[in-house]
Amino acid sequence: MEVRTFPETSLQTTGQRAAPIVITPPRGWLDLNLKELWEYRELLYFFVWRDIKVRYKQTIIGAGWAIIQPFFTMVVFSLFFGLLAKIPSEGLPYPIFYYSALLPWMYFANALNGATNTVIEHQRVITKVYFPRLILPLAAVLAGLGDFGIAFVILIGMMLFYGVVPTGAVLLLPFFLLLAVATALGAGLWLSALNAIYRDVRYAVPFLVQFWMFASPVAYPSSLIPERWRWLYGLNPMAGVIEGFRWALTGQGSPPNVLMFVSVAAVLLVLLGGIVYFRRMESTIADVV
Amino acid sequence: MGDLAIRVENLSKRYRIGQRERYLALRDVLARAISAPFRVFSSNSKPDGRNPRSDYIWALKDVSLEVKQGEVVGIIGRNGAGKTTLLKILARITRPTSGYAEVRGRVGSLLEVGTGFHPELTGRENIYLSGAVLGMTKREIDRKFDEIVDFAGVEKFIDTPVKHYSSGMYMRLAFAVAAHLEPEILLVDEVLAVGDADFQKKCLGKMEDVAKEGRTVLFVSHNMGMITSLCKRAILLEEGRLVTDGPASETVMSYYHRGGSSPHAVDFTRSGRPIGDHLATLLQAHIEDMDGNIVSEVDIRYPFKVKMRYRLHESVPEPPFPNFHFFDARGEYVFVSSSNNFTNGGTEPGIYEAECIVPGNLLNNGTYFIGLALTFTHRGIHVSFYEKDALAVNVKDPMEETLYELRSGYSGPIPGPVRPRLDWRIKKIS
Repeated sequence: MEVRTFPETSLQTTGQRAAPIVITPPRGWLDLNLKELWEYRELLYFFVWRDIKVRYKQTIIGAGWAIIQPFFTMVVFSLFFGLLAKIPSEGLPYPIFYYSALLPWMYFANALNGATNTVIEHQRVITKVYFPRLILPLAAVLAGLGDFGIAFVILIGMMLFYGVVPTGAVLLLPFFLLLAVATALGAGLWLSALNAIYRDVRYAVPFLVQFWMFASPVAYPSSLIPERWRWLYGLNPMAGVIEGFRWALTGQGSPPNVLMFVSVAAVLLVLLGGIVYFRRMESTIADVV
Repeated sequence: MGDLAIRVENLSKRYRIGQRERYLALRDVLARAISAPFRVFSSNSKPDGRNPRSDYIWALKDVSLEVKQGEVVGIIGRNGAGKTTLLKILARITRPTSGYAEVRGRVGSLLEVGTGFHPELTGRENIYLSGAVLGMTKREIDRKFDEIVDFAGVEKFIDTPVKHYSSGMYMRLAFAVAAHLEPEILLVDEVLAVGDADFQKKCLGKMEDVAKEGRTVLFVSHNMGMITSLCKRAILLEEGRLVTDGPASETVMSYYHRGGSSPHAVDFTRSGRPIGDHLATLLQAHIEDMDGNIVSEVDIRYPFKVKMRYRLHESVPEPPFPNFHFFDARGEYVFVSSSNNFTNGGTEPGIYEAECIVPGNLLNNGTYFIGLALTFTHRGIHVSFYEKDALAVNVKDPMEETLYELRSGYSGPIPGPVRPRLDWRIKKIS
């Protein structure tokens, strides 16, 4: 006969006891703990959801903002770089040529900016609650996809208008988008960790983004770059992203080549380095923000 | 670890002086790099890139501690003693410099109310957001949603952005979310210090529930009353070191003893900030037994005196009334006592001593806090000073002597803020 001396407590009903959490001083370089990130996926979802929700709540024109920015930049570029400077456009109508590049570019620029500031913006939460800090830049980068999606609808309309028919390469579009996300995240991780320590980093970011744009084939096709320097040009991951984006959408321009492979390698390097560096800084972030 | 919930071994945390206030600018670092490349090179040899020669302060030094499952432990100490640092390390918000800690069970940290709230979002949205930030899953929040709204009493405004909430509503909602977190280990830091008295009482009740449910609680507070009423055990930190670990009332007393100004005898003129106004200032106060010895502990059976010295700065038309406010360990008023028209002091400038005799067999055993005040009445009611919790006294019930004398052989706790000895008559009527 079983005799129960103690009533079961609510603690025991939660299942078997979890392994203890061990807290030690930070050590090691490869303590990435990506499994923990997975455990916190719901919080990531909530942060992304909040960012998107707040973005469209706060502004008067709401979602319109996501369209205005790339659309008017496209108009200006078409006028000055296209009609006036007559920069070659791979045989595409200028609006399509610029808009299809501005779309991933604007996404990247905004996501990078958001990721850079996110740690500082969450100062209060960071000093009060634990969660893997990696979630913050990750959420900032993913939330930017909301704007991207809205602006993308306009692109479809423009393509219909100009009668640009995508080829089968369009199936590769998600891959290039993923590459853009990875680039924004990789660079964002570096910058947000640096920004937490050195507060003036965020003032440098708009400059960086501006220079970066001219180093990317947004306003011009990469075919302007001499063949033997292409690989070097590819070290800028956004070069591969934008070139790939245009190609996947319109079938015009350069299909994946050396430049693309160099870009993918560069992204992976920046991203991995960013994760390691961010993880490394994570343990001291709450002390410095 | 058996039934241990928390084990801490030689935990230390070092901060650079000023690190918490100042952050670096990249331009400073670059400027230094240009002016002295070698110096920067050597300082970069430290893994954290900071200058090893700058001054450090140990926020926590070699703290070892074990907390059993279901224990409610208070953490006290002055500002900067390391209380919050200890909680932050256990909550994994910051990492220790050296040492080791082991935490078994889901940890919930309540270091602030309203963590993760966004003013633009509605009450409903914020419940989900804040809940997720505090560590609840979406399913858990779904399940407790109605309860949370109910507890906060904001049904009508649940779809209004919280920026339109009154501060009271905001606090209630924020606390409601936090209160429905069900961690196995709860770390609480002073959140109860906010809000009005009603709200504090609600929080206190919730904390007691949590403790009763057998969860482990670590509770940092400056309110000694709350510490003694909520926690059986308390630890005292001083300059990062653990100096006392024992029953809450003893730790509280030890805190006061070590502070130089023990709470049973306080010299207010040494605080640097005069307590009072142009009419009068508070000078000294202490507790003494009927033989005139200054004591911190009194026997429940015997009377004791509360004495207060104050200075009158100018002559006034009517004498002021000293009054003493007694609070129990839970922060509840026990009584107020004041001098009256027949026993008042003088009206001329000078130093006065007021004395109040608290009879034996009135207060219960436990810690009592006494607020000191002086009130003038010649031009309406004017309070020159009111120093809350200025004195503390431990009322002891020496059980070995009182067991048959007062307690009729009953040795358990006797509840209530007072324990007067009253006259009883029992007669047989049929």
